[in-house]
Amino acid sequence: MIGMIDYGVGNVGSLGNALRYLELPFVLSADPDELDRCEQLILPGVGAFGPAIERLRNCNLDGFLLEWAASGKPLLGICLGMQLLLSASRERGQYDGLGLIPGQVRKIEGAPREVHMGWNEVIPRRENYLVPRSGYAYFVHSYRCILDDLTIVIADTSYGGLLAAAIQKDNILGVQFHPEKSQEYGLDILQRFADGKF
Amino acid sequence: MPERRPDGLTRRIIPCLDVHEGQVVKGVKFVNLVQEGDPVELGARYSDMGADELVFLDISASVQARQHVLDLTKRVAREVFIPFTIGGGIRALDDMEALLTAGADKIALNTAALIDPEVVTSGANRFGSQCMVVAVDVKRTAPGSWEVFSHSGSRSTGREAADWTREIAERGAGEILLTSIDADGTQAGVDLEITRRVSETVPVPVIASGGIGQLSHFKDAVERGKADAVLAASVFHRGIFTIDEVKTYLQQAGIPVRITGETQ
Repeated sequence: MIGMIDYGVGNVGSLGNALRYLELPFVLSADPDELDRCEQLILPGVGAFGPAIERLRNCNLDGFLLEWAASGKPLLGICLGMQLLLSASRERGQYDGLGLIPGQVRKIEGAPREVHMGWNEVIPRRENYLVPRSGYAYFVHSYRCILDDLTIVIADTSYGGLLAAAIQKDNILGVQFHPEKSQEYGLDILQRFADGKF
Repeated sequence: MPERRPDGLTRRIIPCLDVHEGQVVKGVKFVNLVQEGDPVELGARYSDMGADELVFLDISASVQARQHVLDLTKRVAREVFIPFTIGGGIRALDDMEALLTAGADKIALNTAALIDPEVVTSGANRFGSQCMVVAVDVKRTAPGSWEVFSHSGSRSTGREAADWTREIAERGAGEILLTSIDADGTQAGVDLEITRRVSETVPVPVIASGGIGQLSHFKDAVERGKADAVLAASVFHRGIFTIDEVKTYLQQAGIPVRITGETQ
């Protein structure tokens, strides 16, 4: 059973539709006890970093996520959910993140538009289970993850330079794109998250 | 490991499905409706054929139509795994919320934004810019001058196209869907001049629309009009080209496009 974290931020509907299509059982919840019984967790997220991390804290999910991470069970952050895994963000202010992955969230610079919106090619940078193949994925974000340890980047894409498209530090995973909106390429990644041992 | 360009973002090709009373139609010059099939079926087919996004524009203006559109949105969201936009007759934040909850990735505002621009600001604040598309219908009123029209292109607003698009982008629109009323339905190509002007005016992506009739029109919209995406309807609905033909053509012209399947 996959636990989808429902903290009022993010398009859990689309993700739920994708998981249902893949026939992957999931529960949508903000209750740490219920989520703790799951085998994997997905942290979705759309919008700005500050309000999102605040919502996680208000739902008492920040501490729970740190315990979950330490337990070794897989956690996948999607889009803003991936950014929340990092140490800090400077999106409209200065905020601490969950700190599960050392790194900073910064504005995309040097690209044709401020927002990276649309389909871009994702290329694996090292052997990994989640994103083993290159392909096109759908992105919508104006901020990017800058990792302290670049070996955490399992796949990247290019927009104003290289961007981290997918990251993995042991059982903690993140994708900057929306697998639930990236057709077969993205659905395969969701399936792999459900199947994989991380 | 393959080398790549500094900006690999592809130009999007977006089929538009005009929906009236639950059926797909394509308005020519915004009148003369021709019925053309089930929107969800057509949408799923376009997705399979390589469409990068879908736009559904509801052109029926009845109260019952609202429920049709919600049902359509739910069905598309369950069956199609690419982003899709719902537009047409959306007025209030409640309409937007209902559609986004039903599974729309983006909603397109047009007349509502012209009546009360504050709705763009409040929508962006509440739901995020990423889901706020503002559709702008323009008509050339003098050489080098374009005016924005509301109510499906029927009413003059007195607003100048570049000023209006700049304003809505500042208010939080995430994308501009720009349609030239003069070009729409002509199949003579999009209005490159206004497309380029708007594209260079706003920081957000611009979707060029209206007038696509030939393969070269897609290329022109991107290269000369500087559009981030191109929206077309009848050329796809009437089978004049497949999406794959458009993308293969663009790829050969050196424009980055998403070719579905593995990339290496």
